[in-house]
Amino acid sequence: MMDDLKELYQEVILDHSKHPRNFGKLDPCSNEAHGYNPLCGDTLNVFLNLSSDDVIEEILFDGKGCAISIASASLMSEIVKGKTKVQASTLFDKFHDLVTKEDSTLLEDDDMERLVVLAGVKQFPMRVKCATLSWHALQSALNGNKDTTTE
Amino acid sequence: MNKISSFDVERIREDFPIFLEKIHGKRLTFLDSGASAQKPRVVLDAVQKAYTETYANVHRGVHYLSQQSTELYEGARKTICAHMNARSVDEIIFTKNATEAFNLVAQSYGQLALKPGDEILLSYLEHHSNIVPWQLIAERTGAVVKAVPIDSNGEFLMEEYLKLLSPKTKIVAVTHISNAIGTIVPVKEVIKAARDKGIPVLIDGSQAMPHMKVDVQDLDADFYVFTGHKVFAPTGVGVLYAKNDWLEKMPPYQGGGDMINRVTIEKTTYATGHSKFEAGTPPIVQAIGLGVAIDYVNSIGFDAIAAHEQALLSYATEELTKLNAVRIIGQAKNKAPIISFEMEGVHPHDIGTIVDQAGVAIRVGHHCAQPLMDFFDVPSTARASFAFYNNTADVDALIDSLKMVQEFFG
Repeated sequence: MMDDLKELYQEVILDHSKHPRNFGKLDPCSNEAHGYNPLCGDTLNVFLNLSSDDVIEEILFDGKGCAISIASASLMSEIVKGKTKVQASTLFDKFHDLVTKEDSTLLEDDDMERLVVLAGVKQFPMRVKCATLSWHALQSALNGNKDTTTE
Repeated sequence: MNKISSFDVERIREDFPIFLEKIHGKRLTFLDSGASAQKPRVVLDAVQKAYTETYANVHRGVHYLSQQSTELYEGARKTICAHMNARSVDEIIFTKNATEAFNLVAQSYGQLALKPGDEILLSYLEHHSNIVPWQLIAERTGAVVKAVPIDSNGEFLMEEYLKLLSPKTKIVAVTHISNAIGTIVPVKEVIKAARDKGIPVLIDGSQAMPHMKVDVQDLDADFYVFTGHKVFAPTGVGVLYAKNDWLEKMPPYQGGGDMINRVTIEKTTYATGHSKFEAGTPPIVQAIGLGVAIDYVNSIGFDAIAAHEQALLSYATEELTKLNAVRIIGQAKNKAPIISFEMEGVHPHDIGTIVDQAGVAIRVGHHCAQPLMDFFDVPSTARASFAFYNNTADVDALIDSLKMVQEFFG
């Protein structure tokens, strides 16, 4: 039991949840979205500055959430900075597989190696939405949608 | 059923097969009865028996099984009628849950009585199921929804309530006990004040029925709603008690079989009493199970239940308070054994996941009471809710598991 929990709440996760990187509001910004998880009432806002050639130049996020959702948002913000819209979407797909699929072997790049700390979530199906909330919000922001929910 | 003379929680736990289960290899500490309660063997047996020995549809067959089934189903109604001290079985309507009962009253009473500008008075303690149906009918009729505020302890503010009661108020709908923080609302006073002004009152008794004896005549409620699954019965059945005067005046909620007197293509005349509001095949076996569940709790007795639960509430409150960084949300003077809390620096969802690994089942989230969460300025809380089958070992397991949470996040 403690093994599953330790896998879920790794040091990196606890560190990012207590000291989230890129936490705050970006004002003004080119794109933003409000992510909402109706299951728990948590909210997570993502703010971006997207260049004319669709590169994420700046990203900040804020909101209220559990250790998993805040850590996931924090890691995401570090990783997608400097990526193009298409690259970020591809990463989201890979990340989604990582936290939902039992035999995901998608660790061929450095970014995914950093995200693998969240793989423990798949032992806790109720918590997958916590890990993906920020990614849903990012996707909405990139697509020009304001609001998104995990449902 | 044997009368349990003195309250013996260990003996009572034996009535609930679920407590034989191991959760993640651990003893089950079930502190989520506020969401749905566990079922005693007598209820499970009654359900099994109803399906295997006496099952048929009710109210229509002349054959043996249909009569048996009808007798059992109507017998459950009699049990509930007596338990709530309703005047007549005609005032006991079976619904599929509490939510359906709220929607029934909101739509049907709303259609009868609400005009633009009329006011529906709720409170900040309400579950979403006693808010949203009123918003729907308000939208359709032009009525306005208002809510009685609470104070920082989670107490219902009686003086504010009296101020909000106005000639425009056409119905008051408040909870007997808050599902999220356990506040017991002085509903008798609430009803009396509205009665003096000729305003009908609906009480949400979903959290009250498992913990206290409710006498609808003593309360003088116009409508009293509860759900079966929180009172140790199967899911799929709820009850609406309504004064017969209202049932006569209110239009039917749903049309269908069983609620009619005579149907022609041009016109239908309706059945009277509870039948008018029970369209279609009802939750037959679930209702039978509910009757048995009510008999079961009465065999233990509400005086014994309340004494045991209040002792557990005090012990749990005391032990939680000893933990650093735990804040109890909702400290009303009169509380049911429901404790909402938060832990500094730890989100309720993380608490829920960690304690679950120790076999401790608590609810985390907004408890379908977001206006209340907004009032306390939290998105969610952790909630331990007790029933008479809980014991001090359950409280100790909760506290130990919360210490584990603190170790993780310390």
